Parts: sequence; C-alpha cells; structure tokens
Amino acid sequence: MLFEEDQLSATRRTLSASSRIMRRLHLDGPLLACVGVVIIYGLFVLYSATGQNFGQWANQLERLGLALFTLLILAQIPPAWLKRLTPVIYGLGVLLLIAVALVGTSSKGAQRWLNLGLFRFQPSEMMKLGVPMMCAWYLRERPLPPSVRDLLTLGVIVLVPTALIAKQPDLGTAILIAAAGFSVIFLAGLSIWVLVSGIAVTGAAVPVAWHFMHDYQKQRIITFLDPSRDALGAGYHTIQSQIAIGSGGLFGKGWTHGSQAQLEFLPERSTDFIFAVIGEELGFLGQMLLLLLYLLVIARILYMASEAQDTYARLMCGSLGLTFFVYAFVNTGMVSGILPVVGVPLPLVSYGGTSMVTLLAGFGILMSLYRHRKLVGS
Amino acid sequence: MRRSARIKDHWGEQRLFVGRILFALVGLIMLMGLVGARLFWLQIIKHSYYAELSQGNRVRTDPLPPDRGVIYDRNGTVIAENLPAYQLELTPELVAQVPETLQRLVDIHLLEPEQVPALDRLIKSSRPFQSIPLRLSLSEEEIGRFAVHQHEFRGVEIATRLARWYPFGPSAVHALGYVGAISDEDLKHIDRDDYAGSSQIGKIGLEASYESVLHGVAGYRQVVVNAQGKRVERVGNEFIQLETKPAHAGNDLYLALDMKVQKVAEAALGNHRGAVVAIDPNNGDVIALASTPTYDANLFTRGISTKDYSQLRDDPDKPLLNRALRGAYPPGSTVKPMMALAGLEFGVIDPKATRLCQGVYTLPGSSHPYRDWKKNGHGSVDMSRAIATSCDVYFYGLAQVLGIDRIHDTMSKLGFGTNTGIDIGGERPGLMPSPEWKKKTYKQAWFPGETIIVGIGQGYLLATPLQLAHAVAVIATHGKSFKPRLVTAERDASTGKINPHEPEKMAEVTLNEPQYWDDIIKGMVAVTEAGGTAFGPLRGATYKIAAKTGTAQVFSLGTRDNDNHGNALPERLRNHALFIAFAPADDPKLAIAVFIENGGHGGTVAAPIAKHIFDAFLLGKYDEAPVADVKPEAGVEEPR
Repeated sequence: MLFEEDQLSATRRTLSASSRIMRRLHLDGPLLACVGVVIIYGLFVLYSATGQNFGQWANQLERLGLALFTLLILAQIPPAWLKRLTPVIYGLGVLLLIAVALVGTSSKGAQRWLNLGLFRFQPSEMMKLGVPMMCAWYLRERPLPPSVRDLLTLGVIVLVPTALIAKQPDLGTAILIAAAGFSVIFLAGLSIWVLVSGIAVTGAAVPVAWHFMHDYQKQRIITFLDPSRDALGAGYHTIQSQIAIGSGGLFGKGWTHGSQAQLEFLPERSTDFIFAVIGEELGFLGQMLLLLLYLLVIARILYMASEAQDTYARLMCGSLGLTFFVYAFVNTGMVSGILPVVGVPLPLVSYGGTSMVTLLAGFGILMSLYRHRKLVGS
Repeated sequence: MRRSARIKDHWGEQRLFVGRILFALVGLIMLMGLVGARLFWLQIIKHSYYAELSQGNRVRTDPLPPDRGVIYDRNGTVIAENLPAYQLELTPELVAQVPETLQRLVDIHLLEPEQVPALDRLIKSSRPFQSIPLRLSLSEEEIGRFAVHQHEFRGVEIATRLARWYPFGPSAVHALGYVGAISDEDLKHIDRDDYAGSSQIGKIGLEASYESVLHGVAGYRQVVVNAQGKRVERVGNEFIQLETKPAHAGNDLYLALDMKVQKVAEAALGNHRGAVVAIDPNNGDVIALASTPTYDANLFTRGISTKDYSQLRDDPDKPLLNRALRGAYPPGSTVKPMMALAGLEFGVIDPKATRLCQGVYTLPGSSHPYRDWKKNGHGSVDMSRAIATSCDVYFYGLAQVLGIDRIHDTMSKLGFGTNTGIDIGGERPGLMPSPEWKKKTYKQAWFPGETIIVGIGQGYLLATPLQLAHAVAVIATHGKSFKPRLVTAERDASTGKINPHEPEKMAEVTLNEPQYWDDIIKGMVAVTEAGGTAFGPLRGATYKIAAKTGTAQVFSLGTRDNDNHGNALPERLRNHALFIAFAPADDPKLAIAVFIENGGHGGTVAAPIAKHIFDAFLLGKYDEAPVADVKPEAGVEEPR
C-alpha cells in the first residue's frame, strides 16, 4: 500500500512537473497532444505514401523539427508584441506579394516564390497568418458586431492579398486566406443577414469570376463537375483518388498494400492526395479516425478561443481554429470528390515543409495568446 | 484600461463570440459529417465497384501470341520459321496524342512519313488496350536511338516477338507467299481475340490460304502494372500470382515441294521472265512451282519500306506477278497432242493416216493462207510425225474437221478454262473459247478461221503454266486426274501427330479407246527423238521423255512469210517459249510445264530447263548451273 501510494504521488509529481514546464514554455498540453497524435499518424501514413522512401520520410521529420522550433519560439512572444507587430507583418506581406508579382520565381507555371538567395520564400504562406491577425488587430478596440464601415475596411484588408495570390495563380491559397479573413469577420459577429446576402452576391458573381479565371482553373471546375470527361487528363486525379478510397473499404488494403498508391495510379500520393492513401490502405476507419482527431484539435482551439480575454486574442484564436477546419475540409472534400481539385495539402499530414511550418507557427501564436492570459482568481 | 466603461460590452461580446463559436462548431461538424458520409458512400456502399476498378487499373491482360506453324518441304527442310525480332509497339490508351506521337517518331527517323496515315487508321480501328506494332523489326542502332528518347514516349515500347523468317529468301516465294503486318483491312476479317499480340498475318500464297491452320490459338497472361504501364513483379513484399492461359501453336505444314528441285528450276530459269510448274502426276504433288523474277519474302515480314515496295510494284519485269498461277498465255503448239487426242476420240483421224503438208493451208472456199512454220512444208506426215515435227498444216486441217465445239469438249476435260483448284489462292482460269463465250463477250458469231488457229494453240485460247502442267499430268497417267497440291501433311502442334492429307482425285478423263493415250504419247516421245523438235536440247537424257514444244506468237505480223522473227523484233514482242513434258515416258514420275515470256523458241529455250528439273528429280543431279541464254539465230526456221 505504502508502495502504491508512493508510486501514485510520484506520478502526480511527474505530471505536475511536466505541466509546470509546459506553463513555463507557454505551451498547451492538450492541444500539443492532439496535434502530436495527428503528426505521428501522418508520419506513419507518409512512409507508405512516399512508396516507402525513407529519405523523403526523414526529410519530413527534419521539417517537422523546424516547425516545432517555430512553434516554440512564437509561443514565447508576448501577445502585446504580436499585436504591435501585426500591421508590420501584414504590410510587409502585401509588399512581398507585390514583389513576387514583379520579380518572383516561377514553379509549375505559377509565380509564388521569392528567391532570397539563401532560400526561397513564399509570402502567400506568411499571409495565411498575417490576414487574420490584421483583421483581429483592426477590430481589437472597436465595438462588436462591426459596423458597415468596418466591414468595408475589413473587406479591403482581406481582398488585396487574396487578389494578389489568386493572380499568381494559386487559387487554393487564395481561398484559404480569404477564408481566414472571413472567419475573423464571422466570429466578430457579422450579421447573419449580411452573411446570407453575401453568399447570394457571391453566387451572382460566379459568372463574372468565371470570366477572369485562368483556363486551368476553369478546366478544374469543369472536370470536377464531370471527371470522366477527361479521364486521362484533368479528371485523372479525381477518378484515381475515388478509386483508391472506394477500393479501401472498411478496413483498407493494409499499410503499404494499396495498389493505387504503391503502383502510382494515384497522383500526388504523398502531398495533396495523401488522404486517399489513408482511405485505400487504412480504410473507412482510418479516415474517420483522422477526421475525429482533426475535430479534437479544432474543439481544443475553439475552447482556447472562448477562454481568451480580449478581442484580438479571441478573434485570432477562433480564426485559427476555423481556418484549420477549412484546410481539412477543402482537402478531404477535394480528395473524396465533393469539392473541385484545388492545391490544398492535408494539414499536418501531407509531405512538404511550408504548410507544416505555417500551421505550427499558427499554433505557436495560439499558445502564446492562451498562455499569457492573466489568470484571474488563481 | 477602459475597464469600467467596457465591462458590459466585454461580456456581451464574449457571449456573442461563444455563440458564434458554437454556431461554427455545429456547422463544421455537419460539414465533416458530409465528408464522412461521402467516404461511407465510396468505401462501404460502392466498395465492390471501386475495388473492381482498382483491380482493372493494376491488372493488365497481356496476350500471348501463338507460335506460327513451321513449313517444311518434302525432305523436311525448313522453309518458313519464326525468329525473334525487336518490334516497336504502341498501346493507344496510354497515348494521349496519337498523331503527335507518330510525328515525333518520324522526327527521330523510326517511322517513314508515308507510314503515318496507315498507322493512324490502324490505331483508330484497334482496341485501345491492345498494343499495335508500329515497326516489325528494329536494328540494334534503332533500338539504341529509341532508348535515348524512350521517356518522351509514354505508351510506346520495344517488345521481343517472333517474326517470320524464310531461310530461302526469294526461293519459292510464289508458292509460299509471305506474312506481313496486320492492316486495318485485315482487322475486318479476323477474330481480334485470336490475333491479340500477333503482329503478322498471311498475306498471299500458302501463308494466306493456310492462315487458320498456321496461326494457332492465342493465350493470355495477367500481369500487374503500375501507372506507367510497366510490369511489376510484386506489390509491397508480396509476389503476384495471376491467371495464365497458354497459347497453342499453329500446325506445321509439310509440302510436296522439293526445295532442291525448286532451286534447280529457279536457277535454270535464270534471268528469264517465266514460270515452271512440276507435278507428280500420280498424286498431284507440286514438286516445284517457280515464277521469275522473284523477290525476297523477308522484305515483307520485316515491314517493307515504301521505297522497296514501289520498286517491286513498278518493276517492268513484274516480280510480284505469279506467272505460274496468274499468267494466262497462248499455249501455242503444246496443245497439239491434245488436239490429236480430240481427233482420235471423235473418230475424225486415224493415227496411221497421212496428210500432205506443203507449207500452207487454206479453208475451203477461201483464199486466206494459213502458213506452216516450215515454209516448204513437212511433206507427208502421220499423226505421230505431225506431233514430233509440230506440223501446223496437219493441225489446221484437224481443227477444221473437229470444229470448235468438239475441241472445247476435250480441252475442257483436260482442265483448260477452269481453275485447277491448287491449294493457294489467286489462280486464274485462262480461257477456253467457244462460240457461246464469243457471243457473250463480243456479241459476234464464231468465225471458222478462229477454229483453225485454236488448232495450233493461238487465237483466243489462253492457259496458265499450272494448267499446262496439270494437263500433261493427266495425259501421263492416261486420264487420272489429281488436284494439284502443295501441302501433303499437317503436324498437329498439340499432339505432335503428323496427319497426311489424301491426294484429291478429280473426275477421271475416260476415252472411247484407252489406246488413244498411247497413240499421242508415242507422238510426244517422238518429239524428243531424232527428227523431233526437242531432240537436240534433250539429247543425253538417260530416261525416256514425252514432250511437246511450243512457240506462241505475241505479235501478229499479219500474213507474214515466216513467223521466225528472232532477234529482229524488240524483246517484248518476241514469241513466248513453251515446253511441256513428262518422264519417264513409260512410268511417269514428273510432269512439267515451262513457260518463258518472250523467250523465243520452246525447243531451244524452254526444253533444256525441263531437262535440268528431270535430272534433279529423277536422277538426283542438282546441278544448278544456269542454262546458257540461247538466242535463236536470225533467218533459221523454228518450229512452233
């Protein structure tokens, strides 16, 4: 008995010690745990999805290290600094986007990169955080719900970078950035009627937008509506992805045993279409598990947002949660064929450093905002 | 801080925010549920459908083409076999832009621009998943060139296939025929499943007429492929076992043809345009079937180039023409023994009775002179002498007495005017004229003068060398008739059993008196004896030959004094040389017809060729030394 009690108290001591460290580092244990499980699950899937390429897998591990480091650093920055830096970050971001448009490097027909000599930098990635930060910053002192004038200003804040990115062209990122900005406005209490009429106006704007779209963007939408129209061309992704998922069944074909993925019928199997690999190899259950983990991450973020003490923190945290959802939804929706194909990676799982770093940087900001609260009554 | 003024606002905003968070949470759970429902639809409800699609994606059914049957001659020598060749193949469903891909193959000189339209048509009429041969035989250098560019050509591959090979090249090509690439035209006539994976099909000759026997039955093998269409041996760590159905090889053919004799015949024909058909009269076996000039069948199996083909097609000597089967020529004096047979059968001549030949014949009540080749005539000749010396006047008279209907009757029995039915296609029936025929064709009555010249194998009468050889074979066996055949046996590929084909008997030619056969054969033997028209050229034969020479007019000089025009005329207007014979005369083993286009005189040009073939077949003397190109001397009288 004595021994057991000893053990229990030892466990308690260890827990409280680790929670002290977490607090000292301004980290949030539950969020970190949920995100950690998703990342580990992702690494497990990624090894198979790269065709059991250990080199690529180790690469991803390296980027993960960088992303975690970014998270750790950002979590230490006091919210007041973040607030003060927000307009600078946003302004710099817009300038860099203009620079990309003028002198950027092309890759796969889109001009997205800025070559800084040492490394290539994607300003649009920075704006995924910059835009919601700026919106939250703008609203930080204003009474909510926002006035019409505020809404117009916010519209400009969101649409300028969105338009610049859509022009690159990078429709996926543009949608995500618009969604991030919009989520702030929504959380700030945008009237439901404005929301409904906004949707109506957007619907009406579709033909206009169609006119300004690039051919490949039009093609994607046509293909989304009827993939078999171009089974070996643009529709190939969608068809092969659905075959991969559908052939997985309830339990999947088994890890590293998906023929669609391993024989490379599935394009971009380790990046944008990795969700299909999960579906094929780990089945319906494997995919539902991931969706559930995502929900846990989002729920934790939204809980953290509801605990926030000022408007900036609340809006920023809430926006990060909703944006994370949009990432997950757009990717899984596109892979399973209910949304058109836009280049959005599966958050925390897809191969690639940029998205991982941006996401964890967002979580770093989130944790900073949450952990630097003045804990009333403690 | 503005705490005092903002406390109410703060809580109001907090409530508003939490409300929004809950609203968003409900919304996003619904959207997640939508994705989940979609996944349920794909993975649970439509699972078997997508599982099948995924299986179809990775499993490709590769056809296993059967090995084409080998062809042997009567001694077991291989004359058509299969050798591995590198082939350039295209799988339509893996190629997005077929015309553009073909054009790029032209750019790297693997295709000729002229081939592109036909290939494009072929690809359009083929199944998308079956690979189509673009080139049948690539050289080492071409394989290397393609390897460098391979990554630019998705869906184009080099495959090793068996391709037809004719070790004797141009020899016997008019009997064997050849195989070539399957064309879009061929696709309309064949069962595509049977030809999946096969790139060649019999085009002409035996290869075409025995296509169904030689081809065999295709099999298939299922293999797992990746998205690039490359075969993979295992998925993950598991090796793959899938269904395989082996192909069944085509049956081998054994021919009556004797390649050693065939080579002798071709060598003897030399540079002449002509044909030789040699038949065993006892069963219809075609021992040799040659037509010159010839061409190399291997040109076609390896995919003949447009240039080579047009060269063959436009050659004035027409190497592609099968003169043995398709060349219908006036038989000239070779018909005289048959005329005599008709005369005997209808009782209008007595073999012993003589007729005076003074070098010219006129129809009663007409002054038109029908001249003998010998200006001053042969004097008094009986039937046997008339055959031996090829006396024209005797046969003018005989034809006039017989009349065209009775000539038609006997000649038809001997096979004139109808196909012999040999087991390769393309044979032509020649022409055995009759008054009905003339009325139908020219809407004119038959003139008596036309009968007279039929008596010496001129006029409307046309026959192929094969028909002549067949007719001689019938005479040699006293009326027994067999359908000429090239194939004598088939070897069943699955059992290995050799199934001989029975010789095919045709209606026997019966005469009122069997003695008549001996009567005309006596005349034919006299041809090769002293005083006969073929005595000189055949001197030294150790066996007795029954024969008849023939010199058929190409160009009518009208009422000429002498139709011996030798070298005085342009080559293409000279007479055709003919010779028919069988030997040994008392125990016939081989019947031959020799035809030399514009060769001049049958006795001097055609007869020695026949002797070479007899020597080869009867005595085993395969002396291939070509016969000297004997030219008739100007001014010397030459028998018909």
